[in-house]
Amino acid sequence: MINRQVDVAVIGGGPAGLSAAISAKEHGANSVVILDRNSWPGGILPQCIHDGFGVEETGESMTGPEYATKYIEMAKQENVEIMIQTMVLQFDEKQNIIAVNKNGIHTIKAKAIVLAMGCREKTRWHAMIPGDRLSGIFTAGVAQSFINLYNIMPGKNVVILGSGDVGLIMARRLRFEGANVLGVVEILPYASGLPRNVVQCLKDYDIPLFFNHTVTSIAGRERLERVKIAQVDENMVPISETEQELKCDTLLLSLGLIPENELSKNANIEIDEITGGPVVDQNFETNLGGVFACGNCLQVYDTVDMLSLDAKRVGKNAAKYTDDQKQKENGIRLLSGEGVRYVVPQRINEYGKMQLTLRADKPKDVSTLYVLFGAKEILKKRLPWVNPAIMIKIDVDISSKVLESGQSLEVKIK
Amino acid sequence: MKNFHVAIIGGGVIGSAIAWELSKYKLNVIVFEMGGDVASATSKANSGVIHSGINSPYGSLKARFCVEGNKMFQSFSEKLGFPVKWVGKYVIAKNKDETKELERLKKVGIKNGVAGLEIIDGFEVKNKEPNVSCLEALWVPTAGITLPYEMTIALAENAVINGVNFSLETRVINLKKENDSFSIETNKGTFRNDLLINAAGVNCRDIVSMIEEPEFNVYPCRGEYLVLDKNYHNLINAMIYPVPPKKQGVLGVHVTPTIEGNLLLGPSAEFIDDLADKRTTKKMMKTLMKEAKVILPNLPDNAVINAYSGIRCKLASLEDGGWADFRVEESKQTPAMINLLGIESPGLTAAPAIAKEVAKMISKHIKLETKNNFKTWKFREKRFQEMTQKEQSKMIEKDERWGRIVCRCEHVTEAEVIEALSNSLGAKTLSSVRYRCRAGMGRCKGGFCTQHIVRIMENQFNMDVNDIKLNSPFSNLFHGRTREVEDD
Repeated sequence: MINRQVDVAVIGGGPAGLSAAISAKEHGANSVVILDRNSWPGGILPQCIHDGFGVEETGESMTGPEYATKYIEMAKQENVEIMIQTMVLQFDEKQNIIAVNKNGIHTIKAKAIVLAMGCREKTRWHAMIPGDRLSGIFTAGVAQSFINLYNIMPGKNVVILGSGDVGLIMARRLRFEGANVLGVVEILPYASGLPRNVVQCLKDYDIPLFFNHTVTSIAGRERLERVKIAQVDENMVPISETEQELKCDTLLLSLGLIPENELSKNANIEIDEITGGPVVDQNFETNLGGVFACGNCLQVYDTVDMLSLDAKRVGKNAAKYTDDQKQKENGIRLLSGEGVRYVVPQRINEYGKMQLTLRADKPKDVSTLYVLFGAKEILKKRLPWVNPAIMIKIDVDISSKVLESGQSLEVKIK
Repeated sequence: MKNFHVAIIGGGVIGSAIAWELSKYKLNVIVFEMGGDVASATSKANSGVIHSGINSPYGSLKARFCVEGNKMFQSFSEKLGFPVKWVGKYVIAKNKDETKELERLKKVGIKNGVAGLEIIDGFEVKNKEPNVSCLEALWVPTAGITLPYEMTIALAENAVINGVNFSLETRVINLKKENDSFSIETNKGTFRNDLLINAAGVNCRDIVSMIEEPEFNVYPCRGEYLVLDKNYHNLINAMIYPVPPKKQGVLGVHVTPTIEGNLLLGPSAEFIDDLADKRTTKKMMKTLMKEAKVILPNLPDNAVINAYSGIRCKLASLEDGGWADFRVEESKQTPAMINLLGIESPGLTAAPAIAKEVAKMISKHIKLETKNNFKTWKFREKRFQEMTQKEQSKMIEKDERWGRIVCRCEHVTEAEVIEALSNSLGAKTLSSVRYRCRAGMGRCKGGFCTQHIVRIMENQFNMDVNDIKLNSPFSNLFHGRTREVEDD
């Protein structure tokens, strides 16, 4: 057993973990360690070889590997320790972490923990796609890693189910590699990925996008041979007359992401059923004091840039916590009302200015966003349009009076 | 042409159990399996239940082999190193009519020699199983669970260690009886042998028809299952069965805990035309959930992490009630051909007893001499996930590959994946890794580990990406490398 103590331990070395770790160091934490299970840091970035990373953050457009390298270099300069091929097995409310790597079992006592475990992809069974148990079905991210990291082609004739960003980017990527992409099938009447990806990855390459469609069955005995797709009615039920068959050997699934919080759940951290991430306060602290959450394990972000910026704040808060471990009140709840899918933070226990991130539940034209305290409007903001694929950020000032009332706040989009 | 004393067609649990039983004797034995690994069909796709023997009529082979097999399981599992758990089962009655059926089952069970049967009232059931409501239940303490694929693999690998040959991805194309021996034509060449064991499961009739006109029919009956996330394992402790439906010769949709901590719902019972049609269907997935909720109303809707189906080999059609007994017999027309026909449930439980019976039948043709150097090898010791931290540290000290986690959901290490790929059967598919060490069996369904396993296959086992398969011979995972053709 290898024992050690650190100020801040960051679980996960993707963009969120790197950003939080660097920031924790910059804000005074003496020792910061990143624990990452993969063979290299950077999370998903090394396989995202397309560009566009960093534009919002710095104005400079980078590829995923470039963006990761920049942060890894910064982490090195700040003397952040990165332990790769190191898997965290558990942690507890006293910030004791148990991890394993080739040197043995490590017990790490941290003053603060930052959760940055990222996401995993939804699988065939989330969409309940029946049929044979055959090869040729990949999640989009797995296919991306095979092509971009290992130069292995998952297939030649491809149908993509779901219009998440990874699926859209993979449609283009497969086309570049000479595969025939028969189309992207989306059950909703709009894309779940970013509008710019719909244009740059599909429209520019004449790849069909079937809205209001879904895959109704798959067929093939050993390797996939064909899929059937059909239009759905307003209740998402396939209309059998519209069914058509596509001959393909590969089905990529881009059904969305699930925040990885098995570790958090085992440590009794409260999870928001909608975001799939921990319930946090305005400092991104979970219900376990000294345990903070950032990145895609908190909520699925649109872009790495926005995620990194938030993670920086988390790193700072974690560093602050290491020399100021005060117990906080539970505070008040921030609830998602009409037109709102979710809002982060879910809890507020300090007054003052803070940022809220939220998503609408469906696309709309001109709308108004309200933050309500009972019937009273704390904030009212006109939005030219809203789209669930695009995260909304707003600043709000919470007074001590509101906080002391103990009553919940509600966010609405009408 | 290679010569063997005994050829077994089919590497399911029956074929593998026979192979292991025969490996105790001085015999040349070969097993032909058309899949990429043993247990590649119904033997891996069932409830994993060790039945007690209450469901088959007194005097039937099903009852006899089931009760005998059940008693052999504990020692089998300890010797060969596959897990069993004696969780017991409740057959629950929802109304007065059904309670009569419980009485009947109890009587049949006692006659068949099943111990410990007890009818208890709904309150007592509620004490033991807070999520189950019923009027009365039949408590069956001798029913248990196992991992059917681990059992089959353990049997097969133990047989290999004792000299049995397994030929995977080998399809029998034709059979001939010439003088006193059989000539078996396969896609891997022609073999000659003295005795032939037909353990081809649902394909048993096809094998018979290669050599004689079969006087029976096979009615494939598909059973679909749903697997639920481990988070819900504490909904039940024992297996929960309904009173069996009157027709079809099946036990009805039940809820079973698995050794690994998931819940299993199923199976459905659907007579189909094509015995290779192992599809799962949306309709049945919904039906299973609905029927399982009748016995366990608290089942969550969104906890399914997998679905699969297996094909029952039935010798009676739906019109004839779907029930027929096992047939374990030597062909009258073709002496020295032993046919195992209609081995459906409780075939898994019966396997050890059937293997003994087949050995006895073989001894009438060939004198069975015990080997002196027969070895027993434990299929698996503790997995990394099952070890204490101290044990884990010790393993890593010995070999650092025990410290590299390849499968994040099930905490499977590189050492375990390499061990799985080094199996004595030579099975090297992604599924053969999954079924041996559980890498890829968790909730992310291989999202993280597949790429690492593929790298290990390439780098440490010199496999070409084009030869990497999911399970069966044509289930290739990839289409070569990117930019395989170089630009001029």
